[in-house]
Amino acid sequence: MRVTFWGTRGSIATPGAETTRYGGDTSCVSISASDPTHLLVLDAGSGIRRLGLRIGQEVTRIDVMLSHLHLDHIVGLGFFAPLFRRDLSITIWGPRSSTPLLDRLGRYLSPPLFPVRLRDLESAYELRDVPVGAFDVGPLTVTAEPVIHPDPAVGYRVEGGGGTVAYLPDHEPALGPAFPSDPWWTSGADVAASADLLIHDAQYTGQEYAERVGWGHSSVDDAVAFADLVGARELALFHHDPSRTDDQVDGLLAAAQRVRSTVDVVGAREGLSITV
Amino acid sequence: MGAPVELILIRHLASRLAVPVFVVDRAGDLVFFNEPAEAVLGRRFEEIRSMPFDDWTIAFLPSEGDQPLAVEDLPLVVALRRGIPAHRAFGIRAGDGARRTIEATAFPLLATGGELVGAVAMFWEIEGA
Repeated sequence: MRVTFWGTRGSIATPGAETTRYGGDTSCVSISASDPTHLLVLDAGSGIRRLGLRIGQEVTRIDVMLSHLHLDHIVGLGFFAPLFRRDLSITIWGPRSSTPLLDRLGRYLSPPLFPVRLRDLESAYELRDVPVGAFDVGPLTVTAEPVIHPDPAVGYRVEGGGGTVAYLPDHEPALGPAFPSDPWWTSGADVAASADLLIHDAQYTGQEYAERVGWGHSSVDDAVAFADLVGARELALFHHDPSRTDDQVDGLLAAAQRVRSTVDVVGAREGLSITV
Repeated sequence: MGAPVELILIRHLASRLAVPVFVVDRAGDLVFFNEPAEAVLGRRFEEIRSMPFDDWTIAFLPSEGDQPLAVEDLPLVVALRRGIPAHRAFGIRAGDGARRTIEATAFPLLATGGELVGAVAMFWEIEGA
């Protein structure tokens, strides 16, 4: 699998001179595997716009997996060029809720918030709730699991070609009762177990987290502790706080790499590709 | 396989409440009770950790009047099996040997997709009963 980051920022897009290296676009990651006609996309933050411009004619099917429906994870949908291509089949998956996905997404993709309605999109798109248990998406196997974050939210486990990617962009495992000592009582531990690459929320410093317990995010230290607990091989710090400059992310990354840990730690940045 | 996030969150909440709380998973197995529940049940959760459905439903010898209370009439079992809230007062023999009367309200834990992930009982000791 080839994993490419198109947006790594949390909460709100932050373009500017101080965010050029890690990027200012919000959550979007693509995964391509053995089938060149298929592309899997994790979340539809503002980073999905640039991804959409680079998808070639060889791709005929796209699966967009939404971790949850907070605005920074769906804001790019209306600007995702493939949704306006008639030759493409697109499935948008989202966490289950008592309200249908169509109604929930439609609140954003309709006037007065957006000029184009969902029904006006030209591609052969479909909206689906993620099922319980593993399911096949093109050449990949995906498992979704509800995780601790306000409102329905899931983490994804993507398996293919002998590798595993876990994606938990907005996640607060420290809110559990036994963190970080007992995987059974730790949110997200199943989807992230022994992942080759864990893409995980690392929005806060420890001091910031202490002031924002319950907001649904993790400190960098907790992201490392979670990666250790689940036995991940590599951790990509993700969902950088919008107030964080590139130099500050560098500092947090360096501190995370100094922690006694069995995990390799990288800072997720726009344009970074990792082969799993 | 780990606990569903709803159980993780309810345990987290229960550990911060002063009211006794008892949590079972979708199979009905005990997965947690909090400190206030320990005082009423006369057992420490850390000594038990977990208990199968067939054990906890009889461990405290639930009774109503002079008669044993049928397992299927326990509020937690009603909530779990019928998917509805249930309430009842009944007697128990606590782990410390004391007989106590408690009043319990139980409700099923249904996740956002509608699936049953467990059930919760909140209960109170009825002093002087």
